[in-house]
Amino acid sequence: MSTIWDDVRRGFGDIWPPMLAAVPIGLLFGALAAGKGLSPLEVMVMGIFVFAGGAQFAAVELWATPAPIGALVFSTLLINARHVLMGASITPKLRGFSRWQKFLGLYYMADENWALAEKRARTHRLTPAYWFGMLTPFVMCWVTTSTLGAVVGAALGDPRRFGADFAFTALFIALVAAFWKGRVTFWTIAASGAASALTYRLIGPPWHVLAGALFGLLAAWVAAGDGAGLQRKPEKPQAAPPEPANVARKTPEPARP
Amino acid sequence: MTLDPQNLLAILGMAIATYATRVAGLALAGRLQLSARAQAAFDAIPPAVLVAVIAPSALATGWAETAAAALAALAATRLPLLGVVAVGVAAVVGFRLFL
Repeated sequence: MSTIWDDVRRGFGDIWPPMLAAVPIGLLFGALAAGKGLSPLEVMVMGIFVFAGGAQFAAVELWATPAPIGALVFSTLLINARHVLMGASITPKLRGFSRWQKFLGLYYMADENWALAEKRARTHRLTPAYWFGMLTPFVMCWVTTSTLGAVVGAALGDPRRFGADFAFTALFIALVAAFWKGRVTFWTIAASGAASALTYRLIGPPWHVLAGALFGLLAAWVAAGDGAGLQRKPEKPQAAPPEPANVARKTPEPARP
Repeated sequence: MTLDPQNLLAILGMAIATYATRVAGLALAGRLQLSARAQAAFDAIPPAVLVAVIAPSALATGWAETAAAALAALAATRLPLLGVVAVGVAAVVGFRLFL
């Protein structure tokens, strides 16, 4: 039994820095949503049922009266499209999870807790206790702070005064650093950043997320191929630098079906 | 404390769209046979997406934000998560005063 609580504690121990960083973001989100005419109750319902920071910010940006449902759903789908790949990448690591634990656990999979789970899975078995130990406080914090932000938003004044609007950016930069794997990561970041910023300027949100993600992937694919060519291994093509996390299924140059 | 029906409908639509993207991976996971190269691209998903989300704020907002992002990136090489956030937020407040 003690190991379950150990894992719950570990989950909390890992999630609290991002959780703290999300406090001003939650308040900011609530304040912005209130500014667009959403009630605190609506902000709370959105936090509980949607729970996707980036998509929620984009939605508030698009919000009008009456709500443009089609545009809101499409923007949400586009910004969250990355979840498909994130889910595909984390699913093989959820072996100890029951069916309902998977379906409930994935409901609240967000960038931060997914990233931490991936990091954890590189060295340990991912347990439901760890996963839900991360998720529960994180979700509660987001719902509470965003609702609070909607209630007191107007009183807080301009969040830019405290630089609170930049907390999200700084947090993501720190998370990117946790995924650093050398040259391939460098090209990924450069391509994604350039494509996203350009798309944002020339076309506008939410397309910048899709463009950045696609160009980042493309750059990684190209850069990894380069590495394989330079290493000139006659038999076993180990393209990327050896990564213990991926050795589970070793397929030397698989014949494409 | 109001709940406008149209707003509620929009929120539920967003919730369904979000959950669909989150569980889709369950069906996909077993079927992915990745080459080493594709695996590298797959591993690049998190940094690619994270950067794509923040690039407008970091690169297309103003010099203060770009400078603060550069400083945060520098901080990320040595500081833990919360330290990087603190540096970034403090830097952006400072740069906005002077730039």
